[in-house]
Amino acid sequence: MAESKPITLPLTDEVIDGLRIGDHVEFSGVLYTARDAAHRRLVAMADAGEALPLDLRGQVIYYVGPTPPREGQVIGSAGPTTAMRLDPYTPRMLELGIKGIIGKGGRGQVVREAIQASHAVYCIAVGGTGALLNRHITSAEVVAFEELGTEAIRRLEVDRFPAIVVNDAFGGDLLEAGKQQYRTSSRPVPIGGGGA
Amino acid sequence: MREIEAAAITETVARLAIESTHFLPEDVEGAIREARETERSPLGVQIIDEILENAEIARERMLPLCQDTGTAVVHVELGQDVHVTGGYLIDAINEGIEQGYGEGYLRKSIVDHPFGERTNTGTNAPGVIHTEVVPGEDLHIGFMPKGGGCENMSRYQNFLPGAGREAVTDFVCETVDLSGGNPCPPLIIGVGVGGTAEKAMTIAKHSLFRKVGERNPDPDVAALEGELLEAVNALGVGPQAVGGSTTALDVFVETYPTHIAALPVAVNIQCHSARTKHAVL
Repeated sequence: MAESKPITLPLTDEVIDGLRIGDHVEFSGVLYTARDAAHRRLVAMADAGEALPLDLRGQVIYYVGPTPPREGQVIGSAGPTTAMRLDPYTPRMLELGIKGIIGKGGRGQVVREAIQASHAVYCIAVGGTGALLNRHITSAEVVAFEELGTEAIRRLEVDRFPAIVVNDAFGGDLLEAGKQQYRTSSRPVPIGGGGA
Repeated sequence: MREIEAAAITETVARLAIESTHFLPEDVEGAIREARETERSPLGVQIIDEILENAEIARERMLPLCQDTGTAVVHVELGQDVHVTGGYLIDAINEGIEQGYGEGYLRKSIVDHPFGERTNTGTNAPGVIHTEVVPGEDLHIGFMPKGGGCENMSRYQNFLPGAGREAVTDFVCETVDLSGGNPCPPLIIGVGVGGTAEKAMTIAKHSLFRKVGERNPDPDVAALEGELLEAVNALGVGPQAVGGSTTALDVFVETYPTHIAALPVAVNIQCHSARTKHAVL
C-alpha cells in the first residue's frame, strides 16, 4: 500500500511542486466548503465587483454538503460531491486565488488546463465515505450564506484528512492514466463525460 | 380484506429511511470485501479499505454512510386485498420520509421547483414513489435513498429493433466509461431492456433492489448479466475511477416485451453505497 504524504495547510507553491497524480495525501489545517449554490453566489459577487465574504487566496475548497450533526458532533457525514458540476465556476475561482480543490470524479479539459495554469491541484476524497471523513474534521463553523443550509460555506479544521491527487500542477490526470493502465477492453475510450 | 393503518406505514418508512442510510447491506459489504482480494490497483485497494472502514464507522457511530442521503425512492407492492385505513397511502409514505429524515439527522436534498427558485422543501419529501398492485394481502415496501451523483449518470436510448445484445453491451459500457468517477464506483448497474421509455427506466431502477449476485431467472438474461459485468470491469475505470479492475460489483438486467419498432435500453447506476431496505406489513 502506498504511503500517505502528510500536508499542512495552507498549500504553498513548494508543496504543490511536490505533488503528483496518484499521491495519497493527508491534509491538516483549514478547508472551506462550497458547492453549487455557494459557487453561483461567490462568482456572481466577484463579477459584480462586490467584496467576498471570505478571502479565497491560497485556500483549499472542499465540495461537500454535510448531513446535520447530532448533539455533540461537530458535523455530520461529510464526503465529497461530484466536482464536474462546479466546472463552470472553477476557472474563476482559481483566478480569485484558490490553490486546491477536493471533490470526486474527473474535471473537464478547460478546468484541467486552468488548474495547471494557476499552479493549483485537484484532489479527490473517496466518495461515499462521509462517516470516515467526519472523523477527520475537528471543527466546523458557518462563515457565509447560512441560509443555504447544507450548502452554506463552512470553515473546517481537519486532521489528517485523506485525499488522492487527480490533477497536479503539471497537467497530469490520474483518471486518464489509471484507465489506460488497467484497461483490458478493446473498446475505444469515448470522448467526454465524467472524467478521463 | 386486510386493514393496515396509515400510521403503521409512516412509522415503517421512517425506520427504513434511518436504517438504510446507516447500515450497508451485508451482500454489498461482502461483495466489496471480495473485490478487495481481486483488485489489481494498489490505490484501488486503498480506496476499498476506506469504503469498508466507512461502513464500520457509520454502523458504530450512527453517522450516515454518505452525506447524500438521497432522493427517497420507495417501491410499494400493495396486495389487492389490503385496505389502507386512517389516511392516504402516499401521504403516509411522505410523512414517513419527513419523520425519518428529521429524526435520523439525514440531509434534506429535495428542492421544489426544478428550474425555478429551487427552494429546499426542508423535509426531503416528496419521495419518488412507485406503487404496484399485486395479488395477496401484504404490503411490501422497498426503500432506496438514491444519491444524486449516480442517479445523474442515468441514460436511455432506443436502438434499431434488430440491434440485439451487442447494442445493450455497447450502450452499458459507453455509459460507464462516460460516467467516470461521478457515480462513485465500484458500481451496481441496473439495466432495463424493452417496454417503453419509462418502463425501461423503471425496471432498471427496480433491479437495483436485488441482492448482489442474484441473477435474473431467465438463463439468457442471466448470461447477459455475466457478460456485462465482465465487459464493464475490463474498462479499467476502477474504484473512484483512479484505474483498476473493480468498476462494478454487479450488473442486473430486467426485460419486458416491447414494440416491433423498438429496442429501448435504460441504464440506472447505483454507487457502492448501495443502500436499500425492505419491510413487509
